Amino acid sequence: MTLPLMEHTIDLGSASVRELNAALHKVGPDVNQRLWRVLNPGGRHSVAAGVDAALTIEIDGHVGYYCAGMNKLAKVIVNGNAGVGVAENMMSGIVHVKGDASQAAGATAQGGLLIVDGNASARCGISMKGVDIVVKGGIGHMSAFMAQSGSLTVLGDAGEALGDSIYEARLFVRGSVASLGADCIEKELRDEHKAMLFARLKAAGLNGAVDVSDFKRYGSARQLYHFHVDNAGAY
Amino acid sequence: MITTPRKSATFDDYTLSEIRRAAATGIYDIRGGGAKRRVPHLDDLLFLGASISRYPLEGYREKCGTNVILGSRFAKKPIELKIPVTVAGMSFGSLSAQAKEALGRGASAMGTSTTTGDGGMTPEERGQSSILVYQYLPSRYGMNPDDLRKADAIEVVVGQGAKPGGGGMLLGQKISARVAQMRNLPEGIDQRSACRHPDWTGPDDLEIKIEELREITDWEKPIYVKVGSARPYYDTALAVKSGADVIVLDGMQGGTAATQEVFIEHVGIPLLGSIRPAVQALQDLGLHRKVQLIVSGGIRNGADVAKCLALGADAVSIGTAALVALGDNDPVHEAEYAALGTTAGSYDDWHEGRDPAGITTQDPLLAARLDPVKAGRRLANYLAVLTLEAQTIARACGKSHVHNLEPEDLVALTVEAAAMARVPLAGTDWIPGAGQY
Repeated sequence: MTLPLMEHTIDLGSASVRELNAALHKVGPDVNQRLWRVLNPGGRHSVAAGVDAALTIEIDGHVGYYCAGMNKLAKVIVNGNAGVGVAENMMSGIVHVKGDASQAAGATAQGGLLIVDGNASARCGISMKGVDIVVKGGIGHMSAFMAQSGSLTVLGDAGEALGDSIYEARLFVRGSVASLGADCIEKELRDEHKAMLFARLKAAGLNGAVDVSDFKRYGSARQLYHFHVDNAGAY
Repeated sequence: MITTPRKSATFDDYTLSEIRRAAATGIYDIRGGGAKRRVPHLDDLLFLGASISRYPLEGYREKCGTNVILGSRFAKKPIELKIPVTVAGMSFGSLSAQAKEALGRGASAMGTSTTTGDGGMTPEERGQSSILVYQYLPSRYGMNPDDLRKADAIEVVVGQGAKPGGGGMLLGQKISARVAQMRNLPEGIDQRSACRHPDWTGPDDLEIKIEELREITDWEKPIYVKVGSARPYYDTALAVKSGADVIVLDGMQGGTAATQEVFIEHVGIPLLGSIRPAVQALQDLGLHRKVQLIVSGGIRNGADVAKCLALGADAVSIGTAALVALGDNDPVHEAEYAALGTTAGSYDDWHEGRDPAGITTQDPLLAARLDPVKAGRRLANYLAVLTLEAQTIARACGKSHVHNLEPEDLVALTVEAAAMARVPLAGTDWIPGAGQY
């Protein structure tokens, strides 16, 4: 039986983040309040952190650090900008920032989809471990540093040292790249990569709106996977 | 006339062999374990047993409490340990699954905690550890919010005593399929552990990060912050400012799975010189005994435990000693240690995964040598001895609880130990440098 969707609103102008998160953590599978609207976030930290339920959480305004941190299953929409570490260590679900994101967006995230409609700052996707990140603007320096797996798709430009010490994550950039980091190289964009890229763009709401051939693919040269003194100069 | 050849004290045999090794290989030595050279140590302190001016307790009759409560500052569910000795974080990956299970069994038998490590939490470990501390490390290998919620406490690792400021390197030969899967990296490649957390940079950020961890776990679990001892006064003060419930301070004699020898021996300061500045920071903030202090790094016996508590710590943590208790570096494997070019008691190439004791390895044949039940019992025995020894000393100093030990109960054998521990040189009332910190 499909439960009827019911909306629940919490106003952070009067309620605390603790009250919001405690309520979100208590939602079980048999509760029909699946749509949560958060008003007046006012840049508060840890909004909707640690959610482990298939909810839709729509936040009307800007959020501070670690919004939707470690998210599982939920779809979190930020109708504003997000501070440091949005969707850090996300496991699954979707986090969609309609504005810009600050540093370390999607840091260490292991799954799910992070969409940033605006720009992301430095260290976007740092140590990412399986998440798919789509940034419709540009990203800052040291993005995807030590990125292990997953994908980072950037429609704009990328800053310096992109993909430094990268492992198996896949990077797609449409704009310019200021510089590549250690062991990160441009790779051939083959058909399977185009198909993957198309799927990521489609998931981010860009179904056919962007030509996948405009992108360049970057990944690991795998020269530094085993430490060797002859490579010491690369670090 | 024949004279006796004289070797240089500066260029001794070990130093010469290291120069030759460096010249031959072009790379620094990487090893596990802790500092091996002698540095000022807790051995340089002595207890003043009671005589006339103090009144002792009867050794085998009168009670001496050993319990410790951790996390009473903010956590809804503080931890209570039955003994003031915990097992430090050591990763699955660095250690075999059998070794992790044995640590859990031994610690649980004595009512104390064990701690995960860089590889995340294994079901075996959670299953065997009645109190389990989940480490939140810079690499975030194996980080999982479900495991976070399963833990009894969370330890935000900022640094490690063997390598403050340094990351780790788990060489490819220890990266089995299971380890690789847990860490989300290809099997068999070197795994670099970052030296800094990827999404925060300073104490203000750390405060927000700790708040996030509390939010995710509904403010139930104590939050520890672990630092490698380098600037203990300031690091303790800033960890407190950031909201830590418990400070874990790891001195330079603490161990590691693998890092550069030069790092192990030359970065950080010994535990002897670390405890009093950390305690002073807590006292200056009015939070001594309210934010608890766990210290580690070279703890070997009950005297070490008692000395740390007397200097102001609430508990100690053991790593290397726990591995030895399980059976590492045991002379029973001497022939195999010799085949590896070393000897029992000196084996430290833990990163190579060839540990004959089956502890610091992922080789299934070697790992199968360790019986987790028997090894766990050995650890429990060892923890019991540490506790009994600390109690014995505490009673001799007239204390009905090990936490009643105090600096007043100690003197130092050397001027440097007196200065570092801030206790008088034996036979004097002189504390070098007192009041000048």
